[in-house]
Amino acid sequence: MSNASPHSNGGPSLLDRLPASIFPRVSGLHAAALIIAILLIGLLIIPVLQVIYVAFLDPNTGALTLQNFVDFFRTSLFRESFWNSFYVSAMSVVVATVIALPLAYITTRFNFAGSVVIQSLGFIPLIMPPFVGAVAMQLIFGRNGTLNLLMEEKFGINIPFMEGLNGVILVQSIHYFPFILINLSTSLRNIDRSMEEAAQNLGSQGMRLFRRIVFPLAMPGYIAGAALVFIKVFDDLGTPLLLNVNNMLAPQAFLRISSIGISDPMGYVISFILVAFSIFSLWASFLVMRGKDYSTVQKGGGGLSKRDLRTGEKVAAYAVVGLILLLVLSPHIGLTLLSFATIWSFAPLPDGFTIQNYIVMWENSKQFIANTVIYAGIAAVLDVIIGTAIAYIVIRTGIWGRKSLDYLATAALAVPGVVLGIGYLRVFHSIDIPFTDKPMASWWVIIALALMIRRLPYALRACTAALQQVSLALEEAAESLGATKSSTIRRIVIPLMSGGILAGFVTSFATAAVELSATIMLVSSESDAPLAYGIYLFMQTPSGRGAGAALGVVAVIIVGLGTFLSQLMIERDKKFKSTDQSH
Amino acid sequence: MTNQLVGIEINDLHLSFGETEVLTGVNLDIQPGEFFAFLGPSGSGKSTLLRSIAGFGPTPRGSIRIGGRDVVNLPPWKRNVGMVFQSYALWPHMSVRDNVGFGLKERKVPSTEIAPRVDAALELVGLSHLADRMPNQLSGGQQQRIALARTVVVEPEVLLLDEPLSNLDASLRVQMRRELLALQRKLGLTTIFVTHDQEEANTTADRMAVLDKGVIQQIGTPQELYDTPQNLFVAEFLGTANILGGQVETDGSAKRFRTSAGDVLPLSEGHAGAGSIVLRPQNMQIVDQAAADTLPGTILHREFMGSQVRYIVRTSGTEMIVDQFHHVGHDWRDTGSDVHLKVNTNEAVIVAS
Repeated sequence: MSNASPHSNGGPSLLDRLPASIFPRVSGLHAAALIIAILLIGLLIIPVLQVIYVAFLDPNTGALTLQNFVDFFRTSLFRESFWNSFYVSAMSVVVATVIALPLAYITTRFNFAGSVVIQSLGFIPLIMPPFVGAVAMQLIFGRNGTLNLLMEEKFGINIPFMEGLNGVILVQSIHYFPFILINLSTSLRNIDRSMEEAAQNLGSQGMRLFRRIVFPLAMPGYIAGAALVFIKVFDDLGTPLLLNVNNMLAPQAFLRISSIGISDPMGYVISFILVAFSIFSLWASFLVMRGKDYSTVQKGGGGLSKRDLRTGEKVAAYAVVGLILLLVLSPHIGLTLLSFATIWSFAPLPDGFTIQNYIVMWENSKQFIANTVIYAGIAAVLDVIIGTAIAYIVIRTGIWGRKSLDYLATAALAVPGVVLGIGYLRVFHSIDIPFTDKPMASWWVIIALALMIRRLPYALRACTAALQQVSLALEEAAESLGATKSSTIRRIVIPLMSGGILAGFVTSFATAAVELSATIMLVSSESDAPLAYGIYLFMQTPSGRGAGAALGVVAVIIVGLGTFLSQLMIERDKKFKSTDQSH
Repeated sequence: MTNQLVGIEINDLHLSFGETEVLTGVNLDIQPGEFFAFLGPSGSGKSTLLRSIAGFGPTPRGSIRIGGRDVVNLPPWKRNVGMVFQSYALWPHMSVRDNVGFGLKERKVPSTEIAPRVDAALELVGLSHLADRMPNQLSGGQQQRIALARTVVVEPEVLLLDEPLSNLDASLRVQMRRELLALQRKLGLTTIFVTHDQEEANTTADRMAVLDKGVIQQIGTPQELYDTPQNLFVAEFLGTANILGGQVETDGSAKRFRTSAGDVLPLSEGHAGAGSIVLRPQNMQIVDQAAADTLPGTILHREFMGSQVRYIVRTSGTEMIVDQFHHVGHDWRDTGSDVHLKVNTNEAVIVAS
């Protein structure tokens, strides 16, 4: 055998002998950390701070003032919008809870054959952007929708499910209840059987046991889900806009900026309120959750004890699950029907069926779809690159300030799309596109960057989880065999993270593809518009609804396929690594 | 092997994690070709010391010379130190062949040379037939051997083994222990083996270092450490020890040990001063008659262990563990009976305190 040792002859090179303090060993990673920090500050922090700053500026003199806020609360439309947004968010949490609670209870407490259905209920709504389903919901639940027409015919009653704010509440709670369902079921499942048995052993039972033991243990999960629903609904722009409910905060911000212009202070005041509420809700749920990691399942132990349902209970359970399933699928059913409908108006079902809508959609939407693929593609690629880099820097290095990269990237969660959009308009309208004299604010690249920032927290979570799965010893083994840091990252870390990275990419891509709230602010011409904006445009005219629905179906397929693929990758990855950490 | 055998010299090594010092003033001189063990309880710093030789963890103060070259400031990949990890750390996305060939590829060995060397390494650990498997298709013992093949194939100057047997079940552990030793002898590689299991260290190591609280307590052959522990920690950590505190007294040429309870035992050697006497369970016999070299006691408890019977005897100072060989037909002592312990003082060790 010949000797392949890298330094059996000659000893260490000059570079090796230099002290590490003069030439830090991982300068490549330092450079990456610096670039990411600059990107995050430039594309997230500065635009948001700018928006907040402008909210406190006198539009005429440029002096600091609280006058804008006084004006805001003096205007009855804004006061009404504020309370409407608050009311809609709170009611959405209530309705979503009413939907999620029985489902969570049935799956975690009983041996129920329909649990698979409940599990799929946990993600079916999420694969449809709420604004896409909103129009279809009107055709089913609206004043002249399928349900009311049928009820009028049979019983002579008409229930205003979709009137004004009710419509927003219904659409949002059907879309967002999975957040509560998933969080609540997880925390219920994480309660060890012994917790309950210990209480029974000490004489507690029935409702009292539930109230004193099970419910408090499950509370943190519920709060986490509920806070998320509240913020999402509070910030959402697309759904109220498509339902033509304009007296809420996000639509008001959009309308002020798009109709009056970026110098109107009201848009900024509203943005400030949106950000403040987001941060406040996140902070409040953090406070409630602090020190309450109630995951009590022991190794080998199961969750709460389950019992079989009696016949009557079984019928009731299936009825509840069936009803919710129908409700949850109604946007999907409505959208599909609408996309194949000739005319659907004042009738329980469309007059006839055709594929004409798809042809019209395809002829008019090629540009939208192409733009979507480009924007979401750029956003998702950047997200996983930055996400992987941040995850590695935070978990594996001692670089100063590394945690703040994580916080910065995650802070994007608290920034509503409308606010980010307004911030970009404000910051980039005064900066020209390189080598041209057109403002950057109207450049399509800005849309892709906004999407990148919006989806970064999700990609970062996926990458962090993937890296945490890679045992440090696997890297050290490579290094002790002569692989440098960069070679180790390339040949060991990235391949082992690939499943998580791909899952992060797909999730980012799929959700960025249907993002409306930030893009609607930033689209400057129809030729730059992505798919979500296309759906919005189609839905503005009654004749365009069919084609809009067809484009909506395309969006649902993209997100659904994306969700499915990322699940597949995560599962495959788990199986692949199952033996690695298990000994 | 064309590799020249190298030794490892560690001088005044200090290492801290933040405020807590985990290694304090470590000095070691490991001979070329030696099978050396670091033995200590968990948290003693033995793994930290091993990892700093490999180049992992914070950079320590002091020097680590491998074959005369100070490696303290070198990154792991420039050290040519082979390490086998406790978890084996086989890369799950690579086949056995790719795992074993990894280090050779990193060293830019031509691919025509890689294949035969990988085959030879697999041959060495007797797993040639598993070359195309993935790591998750292997048993624990097989993974262990692959990890070993992956490390030795690059012909490192030093082989480091971090608790390599702890993830194996008991029967396999004894077998792998022998295989490891045989392989080490065959390759003649300077090897350091970290373990918390004294039996593992005793049966394999040429010499070993016992660590506690980041300090090397004693270095020597297993027998030296067992027979002549330099302090109470080593005495108690290796095997079972009965320890009596007291004084060594000299009176002309006569020497004796006076326990703190007042009993006196004659000694053949020793220096005057406070100290402890270390008595192994087999250093005493239970007798009926008192003598100059006996301690009075009462049998508290009896355990039958097969080849021997273990008695717990209360003496005036303390409770002593005494092992007596078991022979067919011999009567056992009953609990509660008053006896005398005859101490073989020439086998006892006095540890100064």
